[in-house]
Amino acid sequence: MDTQVAFESQSKAVSSMAGTKPKVVARDCNVYYGEKHALKNVSVDIPNHSVTAFIGPSGCGKSTFLRCINRMNDTISICRVTGNILIDGQNIYDPALDVVQLRARVGMVFQKPNPFPKSIYDNVAYGPKIHGLARGKSDLDDIVEKSLEKAGLWKEVKDRLNDSGTGLSGGQQQRLCIARAIAVGPEVILMDEPCSALDPIATAKVEELIDELKSNFCIIIVTHSMQQAARVSQRTAFFHLGILVEEGPTSTIFTNPSDKRTQDYITGRFG
Amino acid sequence: MTDMTANIPTSHVRRLNFASTEAQARVRSRYRTEARFRWYGIAALTVTTVFLVVLVADIVVKGFPAFWQNSVYLDVALPAETVDPKGNRDTAEIRGADYNALARAALAAAIPGIEGRAAKKQLNELLSSGAADNLREEVVANPTLIGTTVKAKLLLSDNADLYLKGDGTSITRYAATRGIATPTATTGEVKVLVSSNDFAEILVSIKRDLELRGGALEREARRLDGNPDAGAHVKELRAEAQGLKDRYSKPSVAETLDARMPTRLIATNGGLIKISAISDSEATGEVLLPLTSTAEAKAGDWQIVTYETPEASRNVNDRMVTFLEKLKAENKVASNFNFAFFTSGDSREPELAGILGALVGSALLLVVTLLICLPIGVMASIYLEEFAVKNWMTDIIEININNLAAVPSIVFGLLGLAVFLNFFGLPRSAPLVGGLVMALLVLPTIIIAARAALKAVPPSIKEAALGVGASKQQAIFHHVLPLAMPGIMTGTIIGMAHALGETAPLLMIGMIAFIVDVPQGFTEAATALPVQIYLWSDLPEPAFQAKTAAAIVVLLVFLFLMNGTAIWLRKRFERRW
Repeated sequence: MDTQVAFESQSKAVSSMAGTKPKVVARDCNVYYGEKHALKNVSVDIPNHSVTAFIGPSGCGKSTFLRCINRMNDTISICRVTGNILIDGQNIYDPALDVVQLRARVGMVFQKPNPFPKSIYDNVAYGPKIHGLARGKSDLDDIVEKSLEKAGLWKEVKDRLNDSGTGLSGGQQQRLCIARAIAVGPEVILMDEPCSALDPIATAKVEELIDELKSNFCIIIVTHSMQQAARVSQRTAFFHLGILVEEGPTSTIFTNPSDKRTQDYITGRFG
Repeated sequence: MTDMTANIPTSHVRRLNFASTEAQARVRSRYRTEARFRWYGIAALTVTTVFLVVLVADIVVKGFPAFWQNSVYLDVALPAETVDPKGNRDTAEIRGADYNALARAALAAAIPGIEGRAAKKQLNELLSSGAADNLREEVVANPTLIGTTVKAKLLLSDNADLYLKGDGTSITRYAATRGIATPTATTGEVKVLVSSNDFAEILVSIKRDLELRGGALEREARRLDGNPDAGAHVKELRAEAQGLKDRYSKPSVAETLDARMPTRLIATNGGLIKISAISDSEATGEVLLPLTSTAEAKAGDWQIVTYETPEASRNVNDRMVTFLEKLKAENKVASNFNFAFFTSGDSREPELAGILGALVGSALLLVVTLLICLPIGVMASIYLEEFAVKNWMTDIIEININNLAAVPSIVFGLLGLAVFLNFFGLPRSAPLVGGLVMALLVLPTIIIAARAALKAVPPSIKEAALGVGASKQQAIFHHVLPLAMPGIMTGTIIGMAHALGETAPLLMIGMIAFIVDVPQGFTEAATALPVQIYLWSDLPEPAFQAKTAAAIVVLLVFLFLMNGTAIWLRKRFERRW
C-alpha cells in the first residue's frame, strides 16, 4: 500500500515539472545501513535556481537522501546505496566519476556550524586552494571577499579576517560555513538543518541568505521547521519511514496535500 | 515497627517519609559514608605524597654533595728542566711531563717533615690521580708559566673529598691539661712524660671499652654454646674474652690502643703524636706531624686530641685525617662546583667520574628512538583509525598493539639481542641498537596515544573538509592531524621519558659496558643514564654512592622536564569542542 502511494506521488511530481530541465534527478534510490533499509525507492526531480525543502519526522531518511547527493554516505563503511542519482544528466554513482570533484560541485552545510579551527580567511580560502581555483594571492583574496560578500558576512568580518573562525557567533559561523561552501563555486548546495543550532535572529539572516543564493544555485535544505520550509522553499518533499511520500510546490504541499500522512504531519498530528 | 505501620499511607501511592527515624538514619549514614570516602582519598594522597617527598629528598640529600668537589690550592713550582727539558716549548713534550710528581712535591712542601715510605705514600694518596690534569692544560695553553711557581688547584682523592664533606670523624680537643708534658724526640717513636695523671681518664675509658668488647664476646660464646660444630670457635672466643678481662680488671695498668678504639693524640710543640700505649702519666706513640722541639710544654699549652670514630671504621686513616686537618686549618682546601661531573665520561676514580658519556649515550639513543617511533607510530595510528576496514584482522592488530604495551621490557631486550645483534650483526653496546629496541618498546605507547588523539578530533571537522571537496588524505593531513598533534606529542614525550628511564633492555644488548670515552656517533660503544646509575650503584668505593644519587638527580631532572613539557603542550594546545 505504502509503495503504491509513493509511486503515485512521484509520478505526479515528475509530471508537474514537465517543461523545465531538472538539475538533480534521483531514480529508485535505496540506502541500507547494514541490515537496515533506511531509504526506499526514492525518485525525485529537483529544479535548478530554486530551494527545495525536505521535511519529515526524525529518522525518516531525509538527511540520508541529502547525503546521497554528494556521496557523503561513502564515508560510512556499512552504508550501501543502490539506484541512480543524476546531476545534469551525469550519474554520480558512476564508478568513473571522481567523488572529490563531485563534492566540489555539490557543496554542503551541516547542522552544527563546523568552521575549521583556523582563521576566517583560511576557512574560506581552503577549498579554492586545494582545487587550484585561484591564480595567485590577489585572486584568492578576491574569491574570499566575493564568497564572504555572497554569504552576507563580509561587512562583519572584513577587519578581522585573521581571527579564528571558531571565535565568531553561532550564526556568523554558519554563514562562514556557507561562504566556505560557495567559495569553490558549486552548482548544488546541500543544507542539513542549517538553522537548528541557531537563535531566531541568526536563523532569519541565514534564511534571507538562502533566498538570495537561490538565483545562482540549486539549493536543497533539510529542515524540521515547517515554517522555515514554507518561508524559504519553492518546492517541498515530505519523507516518512524511508519513503518519499509526496513532492510538489511548497504552496500545494502546505495548503492542499494529496496524502493523508502529509496532512497529518503538517497539521502537527504526529512527528 | 509500630512507628512504621503508623506511617504507611492509606493510598496505594508510596511516598518517601523524610521525617521517619529510618529516613533520618539513612541520611546520616549517607553523610558519614561520604565523609569517610573523602578521608580515604585524603589519606591515600597523603601517603603517596609522603613517600614521594621522602624518596626525592633522600636522593637529593645524598646526591647533592657530589655536585661539589674539594681541591687543595698549592704553590706548584714548574721547573723548566722537568716540564720542558729541551727548552723548545714543544706542546707534546710539555703535555708529556709528569705534573703529578710536581703536585706531589708541592704537597710535600706544604706538609714538611714527613718521613718514612708509608707516611709519604699516604700523603700522596690525598691527591687524585687526575689532580694535575688542570695544571697540565694550563701550562700547555700558556707555556710562559714554565720556570715559575703557580698557585694550582689540585683535585683531592675521593676519600679525602668525602672526609672534608663530613664523612669522617668528629674531633674533640681537650686543652685543660694539668701537668707539664715532655716529649723525648721530635720524630719517629716518642714517649711523652706528663707531671700529673692527665691520662687517667683516657685509661678508664679504654678499660670500659674493653669491658664492653669482652661482654660482647662472652654473649656470642654463650649463644654458640649448644652448637657442637662451633666448639673450637667458642673456645677461641672465651680465650679472647678472658684476655680482655685480664686487661680491664686491673684499672691502673698501662694499656695499648688499637684501631677499634677512638684515636687519641697529643698536640704539643706544633706537632702531633698518635698514642699507641698509655698509662696514667706517660704515653708512647708515633709522630704524625713532626714537633719543632723536645721542649717542655706547660699545662694548657698542650692538648689531648681525640678522633672519635675508630680508625677501623673510617675510609681515611689517622695520618690522612691529620694532614687534611692541617691543610684545612691553613685554608688551603676549598670546595668548588663540580663542573667535571657534567663534562667528563666515566672513570674508575670516583672524583674523576662524570656523567657526560651517559648523557650523550642517552641522547643518541633517544634520537634514534624518536626518528623511528614518531613516523611509524603516527602513520600506523592514522591508518588504523582512518583508513583500515574494521574487521577481525584489524581487531587482532589492535589487541596485539595493546598487549605489546604490557610486555616486560627485558623481553624487548632479548628480541633486540636475537634480531639486531645476532641476525643483522649490528654493533654491540651501540646507541643505534639501543634506540631500535627502545623504539619497539615505545611504539605501542605512541600508537595508542596517537589513536586516542585522532579519535578526539570531532568528525565534523573531517566532514567539513570532505564537504568542500578535500580528498580523505587532504582532510586528514590538513585538518585532523594538526588538531591531534598536541595529543600525539604528549604521548610521544611520555614515551620518550619512558625510554630514557628504561634499563633492562639495554643490559641485554651490552650497553652496560664501562665506557670512558664520550660516544661520538650512533654506532660507537656507549652507555645510558639509567645504566650508568646501575653501574655506579654496584661499585665498592663509598664516593660512588653520592655519584649514584647525583646521577639519579640528573635523570629525574630530565624526566621532570620531559613530563613538564608534555603537560605544558597539553595545556597550551588543549581544545574543547
